[in-house]
Amino acid sequence: MEEKRHTSSHYEKELQEIKNGLIFLGALTEKAILLAMKSLSERDSDIAHKVIGADDELDKLDTELEERCIKVLALRQPTAIDLRFITTAIKITGHLERIGDMAVNIAEKAIQLNAEPQLKPYMDLPRMADIVAEMIKNSLDSFIRNDLSMAEKVRQAEQVTDDLNEQIFRELLTFMMEDSHSIHRSLMIMQVSKNLERIADHAKGIADMVTYMVTGECVRHQTCELEEKEPA
Amino acid sequence: MDSNIIIKLSNVNFYYGQSRALTDISMNFRKNKVTALIGPSGCGKSTLLRLLNRMNDLIDDTRVEGEILFEDKNIYASDVDPVEIRRKIGMVFQKPNPFPKTIYNNIAYGPKLTSTNHHDLDALVEQSLKQAVLWDEVKDLLSKSAMNLSGGQQQRLCIARALAMKPDILLMDEPTSALDPISTAKIEELIEELKKNYTIIIVTHNMQQAARISDETAFFYIGNLVEYNKTEKIFTKPDVKQTEDYITGRFG
Repeated sequence: MEEKRHTSSHYEKELQEIKNGLIFLGALTEKAILLAMKSLSERDSDIAHKVIGADDELDKLDTELEERCIKVLALRQPTAIDLRFITTAIKITGHLERIGDMAVNIAEKAIQLNAEPQLKPYMDLPRMADIVAEMIKNSLDSFIRNDLSMAEKVRQAEQVTDDLNEQIFRELLTFMMEDSHSIHRSLMIMQVSKNLERIADHAKGIADMVTYMVTGECVRHQTCELEEKEPA
Repeated sequence: MDSNIIIKLSNVNFYYGQSRALTDISMNFRKNKVTALIGPSGCGKSTLLRLLNRMNDLIDDTRVEGEILFEDKNIYASDVDPVEIRRKIGMVFQKPNPFPKTIYNNIAYGPKLTSTNHHDLDALVEQSLKQAVLWDEVKDLLSKSAMNLSGGQQQRLCIARALAMKPDILLMDEPTSALDPISTAKIEELIEELKKNYTIIIVTHNMQQAARISDETAFFYIGNLVEYNKTEKIFTKPDVKQTEDYITGRFG
């Protein structure tokens, strides 16, 4: 249903600016992850340095967005859907900022890994990165469109990234057992995988907040439908 | 009637001449709770408030249909004395309206008129002013004119005056809209305190005030009760879109 506009056009504009800011921040974090992974798969450390250099911009945007949200809370005293929107926006900007930090972690590991011979061709990691980038995009789309089914899709995808992370971990464990020279590189790849898995957690966190925003119900600590169907 | 319910409205309609101001209102007011009535101007909230102690009787060419039960009796039954109803269901208005008398006599006036037992008046004046958290400010000024008090003090005096009649319910029609923020905060604090002993029904245009002080909130629109729920629910996730549009400022 199309949301009616506020009587105050300034208030309407303030909320829209927060929404636009989150979309922009989301696009930058998504790009940071994909670039960090590109740097790893193409063994191009210059790209990784760019990701690290761009993080200040992300942090600045996060602070600006949070300040805007706090200003609306203080000056407009939002209620109902507006209150849920603002509290969700504050949480989302925090999630996105952390995702940005994790993209930097991946870029740092890429620089180290690129300086050594490649352990193996990367297969699951780029796949996981694509899923994770898609999760961020979908979680923000669900926020913009108040789309609960898309939020649920993100919640379900998080399980897939958990499984991939575990698979990568097991595979690298075999490498390390077979050749002790691979331990350092394997551990770094594990950290890349762990960072991607944590990014997926943050995307799920965004989806959980969208569910709260739309329904008023807190689902953060509930298992998603997929997890319920497939017990570990 | 459930013992937690102090007033029960069943299918109440109210007319000013031919024009219907309230349509088929059924709702219960709970004892020792603060209930806020909200809605845009002309939605019928003040009309409803005035119905509860028969203040609308004073307006010509008005008509009530349905039933308003208070203590299991319809307050509009022919054998009910409206003056007695107004004693049990007191009212505080938007603008402080003290009598042009001394502070003492503002409080004592009502009890003097309705009771033959006058020797406890001093105690009653003190108790009422204490309940309205005004005693410390005026205890040395009891023989001075109430008109010299500040707006906020005058409003608390009006509350004390209503309390002196020992009502069960206090109706408040935008009691702080003419007051500064400090006086407003004092009245709000007082309302929190009073609900231990009284049931309070308040009409307010101030959304934040409704959110701050009430336990339950009823939203009215063009004479209809749109949504009636716990205040926390109304201000975080109302069930009805129209309520949400109103409280978030999307109306009109």
